[in-house]
Amino acid sequence: MNAAASATDRALIEGDIEQYLRTHENKSLLRFITCGSVDDGKSTLIGHLLYKAKALLDDQLSTLAADSRRIGTQGDELDFALLVDGLSAEREQGITIDVAYRFFSTDKRKFIVADTPGHEQYTRNMVTGASTADLAIILIDARKGMLTQTRRHSYLTSLVGIRHVVLAVNKLDLVGYSQQKFAEIEREYRAFIARLGGSIRQVTCIPLSALRGDNIVASSANTPWYRGPSLLDFLESVQIASDSTSAPLRMPVQWVNRPNLDFRGFSGRLLGGSVKPGDTVRVLPSGKISSVERIVDFDGDKAEAVNGESVTLVLADEIDISRGDVICAAQEPAGVADQFETTVVWFDETPMLPGRAYLVKLGASTLGGKLSKPKYAVDVNTLDHVAAATLDLNEVGVCTLTLDRAVPFDAYADNRDMGSFIVIDRLTNRTLAAGTLHFALRRSQNIHWQALEVDKAARARLNGHRPCVLWFTGLSGSGKSTIANLVERKLHTFGVRTYLLDGDNVRHGLNKDLGFTAADRVENIRRIGEVAKLMVDAGLVVLTAFISPFQSERKLARDMLPDGEFVEIFVDAPLAIVERRDPKGLYKKARRGELKNFTGIDSPYEAPASPELHIDAEKLDADVAAERIIAYLHAHDLLTHA
Amino acid sequence: MHSLTSLQRLEAESIDILREAVAESERPVMLYSIGKDSQVMLHLARKAFFPSRPPFPLLHVDTTWKFRDMYAMRERAARESGMDLIVHKNPEAEALGINPFTHGSAKHTDMWKTQGLKQALDLHRFDLAFGGARRDEEKSRAKERVFSFRSAQHQWDPKNQRPELWRLYNTRKNPGESIRVFPLSNWTELDIWQYIHRESIPIVPLYLAAERPVVERDGVLIMVDDERFPLRLGEIPKHKSVRFRTLGCYPLSGAIESDANTLPAIIREMLLATTTERQGRLIDHDSSASMEKKKAEGYF
Repeated sequence: MNAAASATDRALIEGDIEQYLRTHENKSLLRFITCGSVDDGKSTLIGHLLYKAKALLDDQLSTLAADSRRIGTQGDELDFALLVDGLSAEREQGITIDVAYRFFSTDKRKFIVADTPGHEQYTRNMVTGASTADLAIILIDARKGMLTQTRRHSYLTSLVGIRHVVLAVNKLDLVGYSQQKFAEIEREYRAFIARLGGSIRQVTCIPLSALRGDNIVASSANTPWYRGPSLLDFLESVQIASDSTSAPLRMPVQWVNRPNLDFRGFSGRLLGGSVKPGDTVRVLPSGKISSVERIVDFDGDKAEAVNGESVTLVLADEIDISRGDVICAAQEPAGVADQFETTVVWFDETPMLPGRAYLVKLGASTLGGKLSKPKYAVDVNTLDHVAAATLDLNEVGVCTLTLDRAVPFDAYADNRDMGSFIVIDRLTNRTLAAGTLHFALRRSQNIHWQALEVDKAARARLNGHRPCVLWFTGLSGSGKSTIANLVERKLHTFGVRTYLLDGDNVRHGLNKDLGFTAADRVENIRRIGEVAKLMVDAGLVVLTAFISPFQSERKLARDMLPDGEFVEIFVDAPLAIVERRDPKGLYKKARRGELKNFTGIDSPYEAPASPELHIDAEKLDADVAAERIIAYLHAHDLLTHA
Repeated sequence: MHSLTSLQRLEAESIDILREAVAESERPVMLYSIGKDSQVMLHLARKAFFPSRPPFPLLHVDTTWKFRDMYAMRERAARESGMDLIVHKNPEAEALGINPFTHGSAKHTDMWKTQGLKQALDLHRFDLAFGGARRDEEKSRAKERVFSFRSAQHQWDPKNQRPELWRLYNTRKNPGESIRVFPLSNWTELDIWQYIHRESIPIVPLYLAAERPVVERDGVLIMVDDERFPLRLGEIPKHKSVRFRTLGCYPLSGAIESDANTLPAIIREMLLATTTERQGRLIDHDSSASMEKKKAEGYF
């Protein structure tokens, strides 16, 4: 569809076609999306833009005229929406159901338009269209003003990093071309964008009637009060912040080019920066350094390649490079990490399952990964952060992404292509979600080490779980140590860092100066509490298995730690039972008077009033008890870092 | 430091798509129809993998009714690229002698092209096929993905397409399923011509005007390319200066009268034209939404 029929173009085409071709070839390209609610008139706007830009040819116009009479909604007039609503399913429903791409050019620019649907269940299509756009046109029906969808579209626009927004206040003919109405909407929208923050730097509001053609290609006599550009004027002249050629070099290796044993090239597209033979490069994730020997091209070697070009590089050194590695500027390499804070937009009807093994594609790497329970979800209508256990279709949330191995990356805000990913279902192969990387969480693996306060939270992030004390209490022989040992073994297999404090490793060292008097028992527990507190600060899950008979000392230990980090586990077995078991023969000794101050015999045991967990050791098997404790930890998010 | 022109951008994007598809598939193939879009796609493939040969064969789904000039170009393309050329002719259509004159264009296209293509893909177990379709050609193409997923029955479900974001293409599929990949998705007809001009890509001479024997039927000029053309009683081919905007089976391709015999001249003619290129292609007129229907059935 290329009728370049503007008068100046036509003259040039007829006069000097070669000159025209050179001009056309040097035109810049603007990619934009249009979004609006179902009835805002998006398709009509695009249809009208194509019509007015003279991008429609005779056969298309005659088809349109025939279709307009047959199924149009505009009486005898052309129904421009029919031009764009391509699929027959859509014609029946009278709505747009997918992203459609349109192409047109004017004297000044070439355009690719992504027409994206407005109704809620198709948010994924809007994000899709926006992901490659430089600018967004957001439509508002002047009669209705800002709607929920307007906020959602603006939020998603900013989420994918678009800087320029045109607010097209449409159907102005239906409000009598009211300046006041337009001004109200503009004011409300600008206030909203100011609150939104994010990527949007420039908002241009234009009063329109897509149906009547007001302010689409020329200023309309119906809006004498509007002094700004027409929509097409604006699209032709808007300056899009120059691409990232000045950014540092990034080239993910897509394909290793080995036609024979003497040639080894690395093919890929520059996603940032530029490269010349002789440049020093660093290959990630290995971090190996080499220099560029040649930029190989079909038409002979090149002296330079810039952002956006697809090239094949030959390096000076033989280093092992495979698909997914990234060739970077040596002085400004990308980060390398396997855990990130991310924003995720969920696309699928099956909700996100935190912890499930998904496939993640990022650059030229596809690898295993999992998402955490959302730190929060974003209500795209109010922009409030809300608590969420998962993400449903079209929901947006902030989650931790953990990959099976470390990969090179940049933050999305710095480089869209190096900081974006999709989530794929291993079984159905559906694209479930898309996401953007904010920053790496395991900074120890980031090449740019940033000064960071190493505190309990940082250690928890590194460990991948929160620290706490599992304080087992109960009579001698109740099974505390047996259960604690089982729990520790299970936690260890989950990759949780643990330490078990018990009589064996405390009584014989730290506390060997203490006996069994009431005072010594108090001091014993105090010291254990202090050691446990240090270990919790170090990020460990600490298990203590001591009788710890007194309520007040247990409270002392509990009070040393923040809420939620002290888990008291009462291993409850009646004296009669433990005395019968008597695995170490201690009860017999105590009964014989050979052991003084033995708990339960001649020293009291104060049972906990409200322990976090109460284990009935008389009935429960030790393994079942251990599973109950693990389940408790999961339920209270102690085994995740968030 | 310079930034890329729109044509350089398109070239880079297409090469990126070609490489990504090859890196992530087991048995790729390039559908080669000998037209101008195929010539551009083949040229891009040679650039993408240079100095290697493109690591896949060319597949021509032949109907036996192409122009003789097209068959000559097909052999030349295979020779110059050094790539393997697979020619598939639907044996059933061959046995039945399916042709556009006796069986009509719809049946002819279905048997030779749609069924023929499915047979060839199944026969060689190709899991990924490049096609030269552009989004600007036709309304239902405008919504097609670059990586377009097909069921084991080669069916396209427009309501169940995978979202494509940034330049991250989901190429995963189960055994038996396949992907059609369209590296020229974002090119327009003008971009194609301009690129052919800039890169001196060889094209079938039928795109350029020359004296050719034609008959006029239902207002369309059809070239009498070989002796199989059944002339009606009293019908005598006339020599006219004609050229073709799109090429397919010669009995189904309408010629336009033209004197444009150089690339710039045909670009000029195209720019000043008032109809789309598909108008010369007879199969699109069979029914409204015919392309979408054919695609759902497995046509490229």
